[in-house]
Amino acid sequence: MNKSREPLFHITKRGALPWYAAWGIRGGAVLLALLACALVTVLVTGENPLQVFATVFNGSFGSPRRVWMLFQNLAMLLSVSLAVTPAFRMRFWNVGGEGQMLAGGLATAACMICLRNTLPNWAVILCMVLSSILAGAIWGGIPAFFKAKWNTNETLFTLMMNYIATQLVAFFIVVWEVPKGAGQIGIINQSSEIGWLPVIGSYKYLLNILIVAVLCGVMYVYLNYSKHGYEIAVVGESERTARYVGIKVDRVIIRTMLLSGGLCGLTGMLLVGGTDHTLTTTITGGRGFTAVMVSWLAKFNPIWMILTSFLLVFLQRGAGEISTSFGLNQSFSDILTGVILFFIIGSEFFINYQIHFRHAKEG
Amino acid sequence: MFDVVSFIPRAVVQGVPLLLGSTGETLTEKSGNLNLGIPGIMYVGAISGTIGAFLYETSLPSPDALNGFLAVAIPTLACLAGSLLMGLIYCFLTVTLRANQNVTGLALTTFGVGFGNFFGGSLIKLAGSDMPYLALSATSLCFRKTLPWAQTTGWFGKVFLSYGFLAYLAVVIALVAGYVLRHTRLGLHLRAVGENPATADAAGVNVNRYKYWATCIGSMVAGLGGLYYVMDYSSGIWSNNAFGDRGWLAIALVIFTIWRPNVGVLASILFGGLYILDVYIPSGMNLAIKEIYKMIPYIVTIVVLIITSMRNKRENQPPASLGLPYFREER
Repeated sequence: MNKSREPLFHITKRGALPWYAAWGIRGGAVLLALLACALVTVLVTGENPLQVFATVFNGSFGSPRRVWMLFQNLAMLLSVSLAVTPAFRMRFWNVGGEGQMLAGGLATAACMICLRNTLPNWAVILCMVLSSILAGAIWGGIPAFFKAKWNTNETLFTLMMNYIATQLVAFFIVVWEVPKGAGQIGIINQSSEIGWLPVIGSYKYLLNILIVAVLCGVMYVYLNYSKHGYEIAVVGESERTARYVGIKVDRVIIRTMLLSGGLCGLTGMLLVGGTDHTLTTTITGGRGFTAVMVSWLAKFNPIWMILTSFLLVFLQRGAGEISTSFGLNQSFSDILTGVILFFIIGSEFFINYQIHFRHAKEG
Repeated sequence: MFDVVSFIPRAVVQGVPLLLGSTGETLTEKSGNLNLGIPGIMYVGAISGTIGAFLYETSLPSPDALNGFLAVAIPTLACLAGSLLMGLIYCFLTVTLRANQNVTGLALTTFGVGFGNFFGGSLIKLAGSDMPYLALSATSLCFRKTLPWAQTTGWFGKVFLSYGFLAYLAVVIALVAGYVLRHTRLGLHLRAVGENPATADAAGVNVNRYKYWATCIGSMVAGLGGLYYVMDYSSGIWSNNAFGDRGWLAIALVIFTIWRPNVGVLASILFGGLYILDVYIPSGMNLAIKEIYKMIPYIVTIVVLIITSMRNKRENQPPASLGLPYFREER
């Protein structure tokens, strides 16, 4: 029974691929994914594929309002993605962005509601910023503390924290609901606009977008050119090495998660104070989870993240537009997002590994 | 007065989807795959079963022509096929293409929930009902058929015999899974793959094959949880997003049972009870406090997670290579 044949192909790890080749592969995957999505859409709607693509484009760029919405959504998604990235670089799987955002949003709403009659507007906003960062940091810091001390599984821990935050928000929604029994808070401070982030000119979302743009640049510098960023990278590569060179690993873990959670909380503040002016349990819109994918697709690089979050937001809005104009329900965009993600996730394999076929090296 | 006889059956029917979901996820995690796509898979299982039942019911000339066996078999097979496909997608991406498991799982959940709601919405439209849900009560009746003695044996019948066959199947699956994992060679190999794939590989265990089988079977079991929810718990009524966060709760249950499906049988009932506790605890006019009660399952899970990591007992830990891809040449 000695049938040792060389297998049809074998797989080896690639050395570093030049960046243009890597992004070429990813671009190819996106194109394939778009084709697959078009196929699915055509099968479901029976429309001409070109028509479908035109609709997708229209969904994002059809009118100035849509362009603003696109950039607003892009900014929010990018903001969460930036927030979770330092943790990911440390190989700390923070899938609790959702909960940390809710905690921040809750703190913001609390400031807007409880301080509106006692403090001037600027002080309320200051309290909102500080308390939202603090709330998010606490929400992220708890799992980090246990990870650092007892190596508690952080993926599962942060995941559970999401639902505790959701229920906490649900609790306060009932406490603050207007009118009693409505089950929702409604727009907070509609007439006085206390605690609403200021509007630059007549562009409602410009401030959010600017804040996130600055955050993106700062995060890039922090991760790549600061001592903290270097420590994060070392801990992520190998905890033992980090310990050997004298980095206090538990301190880095807790510090990084406080930062990550705090920024998620800040994003929650931007959502509540700068965008929706209300608090619901679904205000985050699943961005905490989408951010995991955005960050990973961009290889944890803040600049590339602009591109990947743009891609996802563009597709979501496009697919939303398909749903409306062809009379499908809104969940269609989730299906398309899923399909595209599968393709991109799969394409990483061809960047990291090489397939050698048997015939390739005869003799 | 706290009505135990009516509380337990309600806790059980809440617990069954969680039990199936967590048994499936435990099998998956034992092979080292952290499948965060379980919520999506349960959605797909539910909607596939619903589609099967819908097609069967509408193909009948009259509701009386319903064949009990087919009414159960078609949705069940459709559900298994749908969730198997989801499991295969996950395996292909994470095992064959070695993609990141967290990202793949979350993408799978996005896809699965979207898939469920999309086709659910489309079916509702097809059925032309003016309500935002779809009712398949004839099929559901077959799923909900209880043992004949359930009505005649008083409280005993209510507590133990009043469930559809899927509930008992869930318990059997959990016990079998628990036995296989702990007491058979197959289970030993599977655990070895999850703990240390390199060692398992060296011992001649085909790591990828085990991962594929465990994850796919796990997905199918979890999918049944979705099917149970639609066909039995909610009497064949599909409405979008009704399944809620039960998928995540199933993942929580895996931790709570410290990766033991047989513990899950009772633990799932406990979780089911916690899930509906807010209905039973008299809170008077204070509706807000009910939201706090719904937090309990998650808090309990976190406490278990912390305690197991603090005590650091070897047999209570998550599988050592949970979440890590295996590549032979990287050892």
